[in-house]
Amino acid sequence: MKYKTYKNYYYRGIIVNGKIVAVFGNMVVAEAAGEVVQNSVGYCCRDDGAKLLSEIIRVRGRNVDLQVFEETRGLKIGDDVEFETDMLSVSLGPGLLGQIFDGLQNPLPQLAEQEGFFLNPGKYIPGLDQEKTWDFTPAVKAGDTVGAGDKLATVPEGIFQHEIMAPFTLQGQYTVKDIAKQGAYKVSDKIATLADSEGREREVTMRQDWPVKRALAICKRRLMPTEPLSTRVRIIDSMFPIVRGGTYCIPGPFGAGKTVLQQITSRHAEVDVVIVAACGERAGEVVETIREFPELTDPRTGKSLMERTIIICNTSAMPVAAREASVYTAVTLAEYYRQMGLDVLMLADSTSRWAQAMREVSGRLEEIPGEEAFPAYLESRIAGFYERAGAIELNDGRVASVTIGGTVSPAGGNFEEPVTQGTLKVVGAFHGLSRARSDARRYPAIDPLDSWSKYTGIIEPTKADRAKTVLKRGNEVKQMMTVVGEEGTPIDDFAVMLKAELFDNCYLQQNAFDEVDGATPPDRQKFVFDKILEILDTDFDFETKEQARKIMFEAQDILRTWNYEAADTDEYKTSVEKLDKFIAAKGRE
Amino acid sequence: MRKYYDEITRIAGNVVSITATGVGYDELAVITSARGTSLAQVIRLEGDQVSLQIFAGTQGVSTGDRVRFLGRPMQVPFSDDLLGRVFDGSGKPRDDRPDVEAKMVEIGSPAVNPIKRRRPDFMIDTGIPMIDIFNSLVESQKLPIFSVAGEPYNELLARVGLQAKADVILLGGMGLRHDDYLKFRDTFEKGGVLGRTIMFIHTAADPIVECLLVPDLCLAVGESYALQGKRVLCLLTDMTAFSDSLKEIAITMEQIPSNRGYPGDLYTQLARRYEKAVDFDGAGSMTLLACVTMPGDDVTHPVPDNTGYITEGQFYLRNGRIEPFGSLSRLKQQVNGKTRDDHRAIMDGCLQLYANCRETREKRDMGFEMSDWDRKLLHYGDLFESQIMDLSVNIPLFEALDRCWDILAECFEPVETGIRRAIVEKHWPKEMTREEKEAEAATV
Repeated sequence: MKYKTYKNYYYRGIIVNGKIVAVFGNMVVAEAAGEVVQNSVGYCCRDDGAKLLSEIIRVRGRNVDLQVFEETRGLKIGDDVEFETDMLSVSLGPGLLGQIFDGLQNPLPQLAEQEGFFLNPGKYIPGLDQEKTWDFTPAVKAGDTVGAGDKLATVPEGIFQHEIMAPFTLQGQYTVKDIAKQGAYKVSDKIATLADSEGREREVTMRQDWPVKRALAICKRRLMPTEPLSTRVRIIDSMFPIVRGGTYCIPGPFGAGKTVLQQITSRHAEVDVVIVAACGERAGEVVETIREFPELTDPRTGKSLMERTIIICNTSAMPVAAREASVYTAVTLAEYYRQMGLDVLMLADSTSRWAQAMREVSGRLEEIPGEEAFPAYLESRIAGFYERAGAIELNDGRVASVTIGGTVSPAGGNFEEPVTQGTLKVVGAFHGLSRARSDARRYPAIDPLDSWSKYTGIIEPTKADRAKTVLKRGNEVKQMMTVVGEEGTPIDDFAVMLKAELFDNCYLQQNAFDEVDGATPPDRQKFVFDKILEILDTDFDFETKEQARKIMFEAQDILRTWNYEAADTDEYKTSVEKLDKFIAAKGRE
Repeated sequence: MRKYYDEITRIAGNVVSITATGVGYDELAVITSARGTSLAQVIRLEGDQVSLQIFAGTQGVSTGDRVRFLGRPMQVPFSDDLLGRVFDGSGKPRDDRPDVEAKMVEIGSPAVNPIKRRRPDFMIDTGIPMIDIFNSLVESQKLPIFSVAGEPYNELLARVGLQAKADVILLGGMGLRHDDYLKFRDTFEKGGVLGRTIMFIHTAADPIVECLLVPDLCLAVGESYALQGKRVLCLLTDMTAFSDSLKEIAITMEQIPSNRGYPGDLYTQLARRYEKAVDFDGAGSMTLLACVTMPGDDVTHPVPDNTGYITEGQFYLRNGRIEPFGSLSRLKQQVNGKTRDDHRAIMDGCLQLYANCRETREKRDMGFEMSDWDRKLLHYGDLFESQIMDLSVNIPLFEALDRCWDILAECFEPVETGIRRAIVEKHWPKEMTREEKEAEAATV
């Protein structure tokens, strides 16, 4: 059997050899015959020729601990290990958008073509198509000076002009010695030569590699994220907003709708590029996205939604070490597109699986465990990951951002566990999903009483607070009613409860499967929110509870119908009129 | 010619360490002791020390016993001769019939490329209205039955097996009581499906390591059939016993436990098995139904909790019925829009009314006064429970839908059901004329 390895494509630097001395799960200990670099790549060579990609995670004397990104079945004591000096990297360049990669940037469709049904260990394909040619237009000329990340050229990639940038590793200013003429080139063709101040030359291709565990942010400065990012989910945009360059998390028990919420967000979010990292979750859900997205149109560009999306999928059955790498791969791709001046949203589902992968590795390293056997460095790793989000001002003055949203799957749905707590400390918004709400079919099941956001969204904070107060009061009344019954509740309290129900039913809840109700643009949200606030502020002077219930049901009916009506239709206008009339007459005929 | 090794350096739990070289990770070995021979699997390599997990347990293993390595991982024979047969957790026949000579397939194959999966869209009829109407089972779905000891979960599993019209049925029993195994066999025999059933049975009395292998053996055989284009149904019971074996082995290997003694990779271990449920793009499919007994009826226990995050929904079996609330089939939307136009309306409508009925019962139990509407709900609840929810009810989907309409018509006016008018008008049972009533009475 002939195995193709990464090497021809990725290899730079020296190879150091080693021999395997221990194997345990996906951990291999090898004795190195020379210098090795922490977090660099190694290959465990199985005796049938397969080379299994691994990463150095600890060095003790001559012994090197490697985590293997594949099943270790068949490895033997004494088998060869080849150490390289490069860290685990991804290839950056045109051709990433619309792709479906595994956690190590192997394109899955191409793997399927080559390998069939299964993901066999030791089979790797370059992340960027080596044969495809791109229409290259230079943006600099010989003699110009450039620095790391400066634009050298553009190639059209689907909906964008993909910028070919000077290597991110450049130090200081370089002079362009020559640059390729307009024409068609492959990603690995030389397109420019740069020289530093001492005349040392460096050849540049459209492809460059970047280590996944190092943040990529070449910019003038980091900005305070303030620009609201609309997801068209009302409860998020209006009550618990997120911003471009911000971070948020969605913890929730199983079945509460985390993944559905992520899918909706990936569809409607008002950003340029969406990167979905399906990390240790069900393969079926990825399949849904893979099959659906190419058929959906992006309302912003009129093209297929897939053209702005990259899917990184390392489902739960795939090797666990690659799961740890997959979120880093995803965030590195996000940062790359940010360098082009774009707004990128990265969704990680689920960060708990990523944390569990760390726990498994830590356990095999026999490190002293922290809470629930998670490693002691769990929190700093989580913080480090979310810190890679951010809005930046690029060197040419453009503003770009990476927003990170991660789901958390706490054991037993209990938020008092290390991953949820470690995440809550570092994110800007918390969308807590509750089992009670999802059982009651109140979707999205974000708990409006528990959730919070530190950002300011499209609704003025004072207005949002007024609505929150009603919700809170309504909840208190409801609790009380379970004890004293409807008879024992004062009518004013009863009215507050009905108002809270109305706000919940007609604004916070949304039918994800309806084309109109499923996605509410920011302007419409503002308009509807104001109308509802009017109702919440109105003193209806109810005489009896039956009357109160009847009148508020009517309001709900009008609002709910309105939610399903496309903007600027006659029905939409009629609903608005009806509602105005209702408010003016306080619901009386 | 394979070498024998006899330098056993450590015996602890089910694990034996031996000095040997040239051994591959995950490789299989045979250990010969005074008690007989047993298979063993390499679970750790460290220098010249090889740790072996002994399938039959280490009782009676002597430090002078001989070990022979087979140079291959665990395999299972695969051919049509397996049909109708029963094996144990090490793949040996359990039915006093000879070994099966056939092509061998490795267990624990790599993950399926997601690109090669289809979106499942084929409903499996079970004849159980609580599944067919309210949470349809879909081909290639992985679904656990959350239950507690004493509930008839094995009976439920057997019934689905009988009625699912699968090409091949695989039954994996873990920690099964011997009489449960006999019951499964009798049920399948009477139901006439034994000829397309393959069983891998580990009973509570068998060595614990064999329990770990049962799902892998089942899934390897099932996957091979699915690759041949067959529609496979795999039934596993009980996955809690499997997880407990994992725990036992992990503790013996001195791994740091994460939650209630279970190893940190419990999620990964379970996911690797459940994710074998698949609908191949261009081949067959495998559907996976598993029993998970919840210790102390606690759904937050690590086993049901991790399972819930992996599977595509869950059925709760309580008091001999499939609980309508909490039970969920995540894939039902893919199929229930294509059966009959009233399917979804009945699904939502009947459940809402039943939820109301439960509230009313609570009110009644607290001594509140019952209104006419309350009485209607109570009547409805009783009918719904006895004629739809009861596990003994065994009718096809359309008949079940019709029965729901009959119950609704007996209890409510059409407007009270909350079902869309167009649907009600089409399906509401017609008033019978006097002659028809008499004719019906005569036939009874």
